[in-house]
Amino acid sequence: MADGQAAGQTILVVGGGISGLTTAVEAAEVGYNVLLVEKSPHFGGRVAQHTKYFPKLCSPTCGLEINYQRIKNNPRIRLMTLAEVLEITGSTGAFTAKIRQNPRFVNQKCTACGDCAKACQTEVANPYNFGMNKVKAIRHDHFMAFPSHYYMDPDFAATDEAKKLVEVCPVGAIEPGMQAVITEEKVASVVWTTGGKPYDAEKILPYGFGRFANVTTNMRLERMADRFGPTGGRIIRPSDGKEAKNVAFIQCAGSRDHNYLPFCSRICCLASMKQATYVRGMYPDSTVTIFYIDLRAMDRYESFQKMVESDPQVRWIKSKPARIDEDPKTGNPIVVGENTLTGVRYEEPFDLVVLATGMEPNSASDAKVPMSNARYDEYGFVVSGRGLFSSGCSSQPSDVSGSVQSSTASALRAIQTAVNAKG
Amino acid sequence: MTYDLTFAKEVYQNSEEGHWIKMCMQCGVCAGSCPMGFLGAWKHSPRQIFQMVRAGMRDEVLGSSDMWMCTSCYNCIVRCPRNLPITHIIHGLARYASVEGKADPKQPTHLFAKDIFWENIVATGRVGEAALTMKLYFKDGIGEGIKQGLEMKDAALGMMKAKRLKPLPFRGKIKGYPGFKAMLKKAFELEQQKEGKA
Repeated sequence: MADGQAAGQTILVVGGGISGLTTAVEAAEVGYNVLLVEKSPHFGGRVAQHTKYFPKLCSPTCGLEINYQRIKNNPRIRLMTLAEVLEITGSTGAFTAKIRQNPRFVNQKCTACGDCAKACQTEVANPYNFGMNKVKAIRHDHFMAFPSHYYMDPDFAATDEAKKLVEVCPVGAIEPGMQAVITEEKVASVVWTTGGKPYDAEKILPYGFGRFANVTTNMRLERMADRFGPTGGRIIRPSDGKEAKNVAFIQCAGSRDHNYLPFCSRICCLASMKQATYVRGMYPDSTVTIFYIDLRAMDRYESFQKMVESDPQVRWIKSKPARIDEDPKTGNPIVVGENTLTGVRYEEPFDLVVLATGMEPNSASDAKVPMSNARYDEYGFVVSGRGLFSSGCSSQPSDVSGSVQSSTASALRAIQTAVNAKG
Repeated sequence: MTYDLTFAKEVYQNSEEGHWIKMCMQCGVCAGSCPMGFLGAWKHSPRQIFQMVRAGMRDEVLGSSDMWMCTSCYNCIVRCPRNLPITHIIHGLARYASVEGKADPKQPTHLFAKDIFWENIVATGRVGEAALTMKLYFKDGIGEGIKQGLEMKDAALGMMKAKRLKPLPFRGKIKGYPGFKAMLKKAFELEQQKEGKA
């Protein structure tokens, strides 16, 4: 093993989604120390919000759990949740990272028994489900959440109710007075894996998301399809709770458009095809309509497209819709545009319209690399070099398998930097 | 059939903003956004016109009345994902069709722009609303003119009341009329130069 070469050398991995988890596991399993820093209370990132992966249509819990087991069994990985990297100074091979550990208000004694959440009266909009349901102010996000410790919202921690919950906990895990702690870590190389976020659909004004109840987004549908999600796994119309049996998907909603994200987000075509199988699988008499400019099912994904195409209840319309109206009587969104294969203009009502929103790199806004010479491409993705490497959706729009591949590559580059630094 | 880019290149070079057409990805947003499309005013959407340019359909494009239906609402420009100045491209094509003598001289917008409006404004330097409206209404004969005039009677009276329409034609010329004529002459020269006809 590499113990002799890089003893004491640590690789900092920022962002604990599938990319960060992969980088951490790959680097640690060949003998390097890893510090894995995650901003939110749990690892798993965007993947943990998904119901199924494409193309295998299996549950992401499986892949995440394997990674969590590998992490738990590896003493070389140090984990920090609710932590933010404030500043990275120094140079390749000898960086100093200033990290703020934000308070969880629940310590490591927590067994996730749930007594505190039962006793807690305060409910908040659930960010894990994009606010589609309410959740207790002390909680964990889902039953597979790792680390399996509860957390409190900071606003709630300051209340009298939070102090009363201290008595409820049978193991003495609740600490409403917990404070943020700032630490400094010496690291040899940095891997930036803060990933992407769904493009803000409200910015796509002609499509009316936020104004029309039955216009939703692909990530929201993902939560709806989860049987532990806000609707118990039923795909319904937010306006009246009725089953959504005539569902339209609009591709490139916010992608490939100079008004929004100019680049192709790469995953949305497959995501909509996958979600078409959710709708079709749930309601045998349902129809799905996919509006597209062109379909980007590359390589082996083409067979997934063929599989979805074999369902005659899935319609494909080559058109980027111009706008969505709403029928005030029924609440049906009406999609307006031109079928570019026939030249015929349409105004068609649906039960539910799903915007296949693109992916925006977090590194373009709230997860900029706090390093003075960090470089970005024209869209805000992090450019690798000088001891800083990016992978997964921090480097380019990627699906899960692409993120895992590029993160394995990042682990190797981070190791090379650590070894070279040792001399 | 061979892939012939002759007409496409002709448009890219000679029609105002025509070079943008090569950027069109045929998504259809312009067609769905155009208010005239749902009124059935045109046969081919901007998207289709652009594809016809690339397909070399010279007579069909330049002889089409579709470009003359644009109301310059700019919906297409706002929504085009590839930043094409669609309104301007369409106007450019309309003008190019006119210059090339392919546009139908009786097409109302063409007739209005090229003859009625132009003659009206050049004559005095200022638009005379009454003469302009009359000429437009009577373009298809006296009977049609009276019919259209009566149809618009209330609107005209309302505009007169609000002092937005002068019933008497503008007499004389604007101040500095020779300068105005010199400007037009220069603009015409520049245009000829640009089009290689000087």
